[in-house]
Amino acid sequence: MDRRKSLKSILLGGVASGLAVHGCNPKPTEVADTSLIEEKAHAYGRTPKEKKLDQELLSQTFFNEHEMDTIAVLCDLILPPGDGLNAATDANVPDFIEFMSKDIPELQVPLRGGLMWLDHKCNTDFNSAFKSATEEQQKSILDTIAYPDTSVPEEERPLEVQFFSLMRNLTLTGFYTTKIGIEELGYKGNMPNVWNGVPDDVLAQHGVSYDKEWLAKCVDQSTRGTVAEWDDAGNLLT
Amino acid sequence: MQIIESSQVYDVIIVGSGAGGGMATKILSEAGLKVAVVEAGPFFDPADPEQMTQMKWPYESPRRGANTTRPFGDFDSAYGGWDIEGEPYTNEKGSEFSWFRSRMLGGRTNHWGRISLRFGPKDFKRKDQDGLGDNWPIGYDDVKPYYDKVDKLIGVFGTNEGLPNDPDGFFLPPPKPRLHELFYIKGARKSNIPVYPSRMSMLTKKINTDRGVCFYCGQCSRACQVYADFSAGTCLIFPAQKNGGQIDLFVNSMVREVTTDEEGKATGVSYINKDDRKEYKLKGKVVVLAASACSSARILLNSKSKQHPNGLGNSSDIVGKYLHDSTGTGRAGFVPDLMNRKTYNEDGVGGMHIYTPWWLDNKKLDFPRGYHIEIWGGMGMPGYGFGFNANEFNKFFGVKVGGYGNTLREDVKKYYGSVLGFSGRGESIPQKSNYCEIDNTKVDEFGIPVLKFNYQWTDHEVKQVKHMHDTFEEILHNIGAEPLGDKPGKEVDYGILAPGKIIHEVGTTRMGDNKKTSVVNKYQQLHDTKNVFIVDAGPFVSQADKNPTWTILALSWRTSDYIVEQLKQQNI
Repeated sequence: MDRRKSLKSILLGGVASGLAVHGCNPKPTEVADTSLIEEKAHAYGRTPKEKKLDQELLSQTFFNEHEMDTIAVLCDLILPPGDGLNAATDANVPDFIEFMSKDIPELQVPLRGGLMWLDHKCNTDFNSAFKSATEEQQKSILDTIAYPDTSVPEEERPLEVQFFSLMRNLTLTGFYTTKIGIEELGYKGNMPNVWNGVPDDVLAQHGVSYDKEWLAKCVDQSTRGTVAEWDDAGNLLT
Repeated sequence: MQIIESSQVYDVIIVGSGAGGGMATKILSEAGLKVAVVEAGPFFDPADPEQMTQMKWPYESPRRGANTTRPFGDFDSAYGGWDIEGEPYTNEKGSEFSWFRSRMLGGRTNHWGRISLRFGPKDFKRKDQDGLGDNWPIGYDDVKPYYDKVDKLIGVFGTNEGLPNDPDGFFLPPPKPRLHELFYIKGARKSNIPVYPSRMSMLTKKINTDRGVCFYCGQCSRACQVYADFSAGTCLIFPAQKNGGQIDLFVNSMVREVTTDEEGKATGVSYINKDDRKEYKLKGKVVVLAASACSSARILLNSKSKQHPNGLGNSSDIVGKYLHDSTGTGRAGFVPDLMNRKTYNEDGVGGMHIYTPWWLDNKKLDFPRGYHIEIWGGMGMPGYGFGFNANEFNKFFGVKVGGYGNTLREDVKKYYGSVLGFSGRGESIPQKSNYCEIDNTKVDEFGIPVLKFNYQWTDHEVKQVKHMHDTFEEILHNIGAEPLGDKPGKEVDYGILAPGKIIHEVGTTRMGDNKKTSVVNKYQQLHDTKNVFIVDAGPFVSQADKNPTWTILALSWRTSDYIVEQLKQQNI
């Protein structure tokens, strides 16, 4: 057992056995502590190989500080704060975009190049980097790239339009897949419940209804805990 | 390096732990036989917190569930996919067969759709009806008692409708349709297309004291921690172990070949232990192959000996031939009447609560065989890709697409749950010219020669898929929906998915009475070697438009009963 591995065991006690697999890669112990926290944050049924891949991606950095700042400004123009709403940065969307640029390397050039295009455009028009321009200046640029012509296939649209569409997609997906985004959306699932059909007011709102005949075939949820028994013809008796 | 041989002699060695292998493990071990199960992947239990993906939130994955590491996304429970590092396969020029493998205890039953359809009387005798392909040597009456037993043992919801080719069974009651499904029912009925409650293996009601009842999280593809859906590990192998079965589980063990003696009889298997990368041998009186249609064919073809120079069980030269998958294509539509939805939990069971079985008469159509329609939609849990092109449907209202700012939030909510989609899954005609064989030029990381595929759809399948698209558009029109994307045309064979994409590949070791034209007899026993059986979907003579799992289970049970009887009579 190497030093890092034994440190992990001490830190995590019995739980460490599954995680300690990564210990074979000797790295400074200072790094080990943060990686452990991240490892715990991303416990979602990974195989040892998948766990290792996540750790590798999380330990790498793709965007530089200026790029990350610009991404944050862009994300919050797409989903701004105010009126009790959470901004994209409240949901750590820039970190998600940083991760995705490593997970899907094909995103790297369009994103990095798009950010560069944005600064070039802003410098040309306003003699300022995009992140430091006024909101009015920033929006005047976005207005030229945020509305794609949907009659043109996506890959044939101008690069800056494609770039902004990509940023918008990643921002929305990054936002609505977080706790605060899911709350805002109003998704109510992913918890144990007993499905018993569409609420009446919803049926009325959308102008549909259940057939009596169909409903008669469906599960009576009051007997879901009773063990099923049938007669010889396949009629459920319980 | 020497091959390490165990002195233990098993009554039965079962290769693979999916539907077929799981069922054989249960029946054979409960008959008192000493069983070895050899599985190429790791141990898997969906109740193990280390392996669990059920009830996780998208933000628990740094990629929010994107499919960069697992083909159906981070939370899907299949360990494997169409491409597995270190385990390549090849295609003949112009062929594009895709081969899905799940390397884990329970195999693909951990993530499958749980659509559990019996084959009907017509499905076993297709040649009698259209002159194409071959009849099975058995009929529905031979399999019915086993379907009945599978229904009761494992549990499947559905309804007895008295349909001629979609037989009744022993069903648990189905869940009520969701909102988008009510729209489908309305639209389909306008065109006289019938709709029924779906038939799926989740427990809407208690079936025994070992398994929990469905709590409607809609995540069956993640495998269920209370064992309320069917997977071979949780519903067959674990209970068999609990019942005191003598079962030795060899995981991470990749079978290379079946070993044989001077008389050509099987003596066991050799496998590579993935952990120490050494080759081992197991001895058994009977070998049951359940590695999946193509993997079992590969093992047979690689089991060459003086007695079996063309591969084990292959004196007919039929092993690998007649490979066929279901046909498949899909379409989705935007339903304006499903906009501005009130949100509530409609996760339901994983997948559809309703479906359309095949309903037409082929005499009036330009293609043989049929297809069923699967339906999807609803207010699902967001994952990677949610919010992409968030307000694209604005174009249907003449409103600008794109933009930025808080109007995007309103658009996301406005359109949430307004898409309805269909998947068609149909029956193809088995062809001798569609096959897998050994590619002697390539090896996997375990030193085993790999498979090469050659597969072409025919006009039959292409015309069938064209019909699916016509039907989809008609139903969407009836609902008042806007079809999304372009309808695929002739130049792309009407959007038929590549063979292997539906993951219903069968037929590589087909059954028959004639040993010159088939690999196994009607008990799934090799014609050439009496103590080798195949209980995956390799023996299927034809793959109906039904998902194959329920038939794999029924036939594996039937074969297991036969093995017990034959051992008693000392015939094998």
